[in-house]
Amino acid sequence: MIRDKFDAIVVGAGPSGNAAAYTMAKQGLKVLQLERGEYPGSKNVQGAILYADALEKIIPDFREDAPLERHVIEQRLWTMDDTSYVGMHYRSDDFNEEKPNRYTIIRAQFDRWFSGKVREAGAVLLCETTVTELLRDPQGRVIGVRTDRDGGTAFADVVILGEGVNGLVGQRSGLRPELKPDTVALAVKEMHFLPREVIESRFNLAGNEGVVIEAMGTITDGMTGTGFIYTNQESISIGIGCIVSDFAESGRTPYGLLEAFKRHPSVRPLLEGSECKEYAAHLIPEGGYNAMPELFGDGWIVVGDAGQFVNAVHREGSNLAMTTGRVAGETVVWLKRRREMATKANLAEYQRRLEETFVMKDLRKYRRIPDFLHRNKHIFGVYPKLLTAAAQTWFRVDGVDKRAKEKQIFQSFRSGRTLPGLIGDALKLARSWR
Amino acid sequence: MSDAPPNAPKPPAAGRAGTKRELPERFKAYRHVWVAIECEHGVVHPVSLELLGEGRKLADKRGVDLAGVVLAGDSLTAAQTAAAAFEHGADLVYTVTAPILAHYRNETYTRAMTDLVNAHQPEILLLGATNLGRDLAGSVATTLQTGLTADCTELAIDDEGSLAATRPTFGGSLLCTILTLNYRPQMATVRPRVMAMPAREPGRWGRIVEHPLDLSEEDVVTKVLRFIADRESDKAQLAYADIVVAGGLGLRSAENFQLVRALAEVLGGDYGGSRPLVQKGWITADRQIGQTGKTIRPKLYIAAGISGAIQHRVGVEGADTIVAINTDPNAPIFDFAHLGVVADAIELLPALTRAFQAHLSVNRLAG
Amino acid sequence: MHIVVCMKQVPDSAQIRVHPVTNTIMRQGVPTIINPYDLFALEEALRLRDRLGGEVTVLTMGPPMAEESLRKALTFGADRAVLLTDRAFAGSDTLATSFALAAALNKISQEFGEPPIVFTGKQTIDGDTAQVGPGIAKRLGLNQLTYVARIADLDPAAGTITVERRAEGGLQVLQTRLPVLITMLEGVNEIRRGSLDDAYRAARAQVVRWSAADAGITELARCGLKGSPTIVKKVFAPQGRAEKVRQVPTADRSADELAIDVIAAIFRTQPPLEDDLLRFAAGQ
Repeated sequence: MIRDKFDAIVVGAGPSGNAAAYTMAKQGLKVLQLERGEYPGSKNVQGAILYADALEKIIPDFREDAPLERHVIEQRLWTMDDTSYVGMHYRSDDFNEEKPNRYTIIRAQFDRWFSGKVREAGAVLLCETTVTELLRDPQGRVIGVRTDRDGGTAFADVVILGEGVNGLVGQRSGLRPELKPDTVALAVKEMHFLPREVIESRFNLAGNEGVVIEAMGTITDGMTGTGFIYTNQESISIGIGCIVSDFAESGRTPYGLLEAFKRHPSVRPLLEGSECKEYAAHLIPEGGYNAMPELFGDGWIVVGDAGQFVNAVHREGSNLAMTTGRVAGETVVWLKRRREMATKANLAEYQRRLEETFVMKDLRKYRRIPDFLHRNKHIFGVYPKLLTAAAQTWFRVDGVDKRAKEKQIFQSFRSGRTLPGLIGDALKLARSWR
Repeated sequence: MSDAPPNAPKPPAAGRAGTKRELPERFKAYRHVWVAIECEHGVVHPVSLELLGEGRKLADKRGVDLAGVVLAGDSLTAAQTAAAAFEHGADLVYTVTAPILAHYRNETYTRAMTDLVNAHQPEILLLGATNLGRDLAGSVATTLQTGLTADCTELAIDDEGSLAATRPTFGGSLLCTILTLNYRPQMATVRPRVMAMPAREPGRWGRIVEHPLDLSEEDVVTKVLRFIADRESDKAQLAYADIVVAGGLGLRSAENFQLVRALAEVLGGDYGGSRPLVQKGWITADRQIGQTGKTIRPKLYIAAGISGAIQHRVGVEGADTIVAINTDPNAPIFDFAHLGVVADAIELLPALTRAFQAHLSVNRLAG
Repeated sequence: MHIVVCMKQVPDSAQIRVHPVTNTIMRQGVPTIINPYDLFALEEALRLRDRLGGEVTVLTMGPPMAEESLRKALTFGADRAVLLTDRAFAGSDTLATSFALAAALNKISQEFGEPPIVFTGKQTIDGDTAQVGPGIAKRLGLNQLTYVARIADLDPAAGTITVERRAEGGLQVLQTRLPVLITMLEGVNEIRRGSLDDAYRAARAQVVRWSAADAGITELARCGLKGSPTIVKKVFAPQGRAEKVRQVPTADRSADELAIDVIAAIFRTQPPLEDDLLRFAAGQ
């Protein structure tokens, strides 16, 4: 048992746990942080997007020393069938600003850096230490944790659970339900190494400029999911993810999907000659607002993926994680200053504060989307095919007159998806989007 | 504790910069290529003979003699070892014969070897990278304050007459060539089976130079109490097997490793694996094939699901035929394999086992 | 009893990649670990301390970030960590490394008590030379015990130690006098987990940091690149074989059909092999 008593114990050293621990330690609280991985970031999948705003609110000058790969100046959205894609690209020199808005990062490095900041701020981090259960007093209030190390108990006024999507502490302690396969996506990702110059010429980049490609369509073989490609300095992150229950139904493997995605004629040239460095899989909670567990209780708070704080539509997660971690930390500091206990009633302040942020507003706005996508899988199969076929009809010059081509395209949409179907999809999507 | 190794030469006055090209005056007399011949328990270690083959080439290139160095506990062992050295290419053999050398001890062997070097001044000294050789080489190099390159995969004489010792570096991702320009002797160790065994020339003979050892048992602190010989069954024959089947991470699970063993068994060969498998605990360390494991020179080597990092490559390059099975057509193993099959080893291995079984039984009946 | 364990922080070599164009090492995101062979030495030292009392000091030479590995060693239960770090050590070969470590060990003796046993792993996974341990032993006049599989007997009062040493074809049982340098064989023990208290203590411990001057080194010419007799002439990626690999076509072939093709190709490449195999099969 650690004899020192802490103001807070933070479970997990990912973006949410680090944000919470940093916020509290910076304000002079005594913080113990426990991470089950070998080092912060070791359990994280490499290659990701960093949203500057959320981090700026925690560490305003992070750009000075954080390991950032490239700032994103171009976003490509691809709708793909087996041989082609229809793309919407947005590229702007405005993104070459003094304080860029989005960066590609390599999580293992970034998390280490973030963790270094947390420790500089005064928190004590113990790695390779798994929390096995929450300790409660006779009244049921959480007062500490038990770990898998010998003599492994530690006590604190409040425990912040930032243990990630499938962290078992909260589940075992009955704080939140087990994950349901239809609200969790399984994403697999690979890092492919290429020389800097090759990446820059292939993606039309200079300096530290970066591109993000997000892709949907037949690459997920009719399942709810998307693929992505990010440019790092000397590597490309490529991945694909689908809802777990879809994998179970289809019998497809994530690895098989990724292989097919990599072999796609529009993707293969981007990876040509690269060396795959590592392969990793990660679960992403995509249930959204409706799948959210209780976020606080007597002596505990949930932050990050553990609380389903992911905006699946915009592929945002780490910014929600950092923001929930920061707000949780601020709430604990606020209670400490007022010399108030971390009771359930007092910790309700956490949710009140979160409601004021984009986190709850966005998640509430999109609360119907996960369900909509789940029920309308044809969105991922039918439309991409129709769209790419239309593009091909339109752009192929073959002696057919343009009016006939228009007609052909319209016909294909009607036979691919009935007119009422088309209208229905549009209405449903609009309703879910509101 | 003090920092004054016995037998140490005075460090050169100034400018120890290794890039300086001019060999210090006191080293100019250093000539000839030496190979330490291991003969513990009266058995000449094959690696020493392999090194003689390599040493012969270096000596010829330099136009100097090739000498074997024999440290032995009795004169019979010394004579038999010297004979083996001559038959494998040595022009002369230095012997130090004393009962206290019967068993290897760092103290006695380091003393004998450094005395010999200081007296007869070789330009190159090669040792086998066995436990004995590595234990001794580190001590000798430190005592003589000279450069030592371990586990070389290639030895050559460069344009300026220096020993260019090439070895894998950075954990076996690249090769590097290392020189010892301003110090003598230039020392290197080579692992067993890395170099080919030279042809034996029966009856070939040379000059024996005996050297005394001024050391008695009372002066030696370390005593050999016992030697517990390994049972025959404990010795992995992997390094000397004619056919080897090996697996890598492409097997995806420890259970699938039995597919490798099954094929090896049908072929009457031995089996092994790449370094990651040892690190994952799928196979024991004595089954590791590669730079830090066993170097093999079989007639047939089948690598299943092994990507072929340099660390592995240098351990198998001596094989007559390398068959690589890998799902990734860009895997580095296809750079040095003779036959390549882009396929999933998990499916192909059992098929190969079945097909070999069928082929051998049919042809046996026919024959 | 005071025991010192020399360790090295190494890149997790399984993950090192070479830049396909420049042939340089790409360090991006390559995690570092304690050289795995050193963990057997550390565990052996901790066991001796637990049995006989005393302290375990871990020592490493490396860049400032090597502190991580030392801290990890403290988590396993080591009592003290010393980091020898100085730009003067950059580019050290094994001889220069053993020079610096020997100086640091002398300093450790003065500051924290003379260690009757200094441990190292049998070799590192990045250099694989196995030379630094013997180098330290020689410089400090320690009796050298390499590839030790078991410490059979240790009598600090009498100043004697008996070990089983892995040699070619068997185990040597060696008895010698302290102080000694031991390089532990791999697989002889398993590193412990370390209690929560150890982890907490390690997280807050001060790692002792010494520069070359702190370690009492005055002859900088014997350190780093200058003090290294070996020089790296070139680093390069190996060439492929001149003769290209012959790929066995796999298109539209089932595993069993492919197996037959592969066997035929093997025997075409090396006809005598078929006879060898038939002889083996006949002998069964």
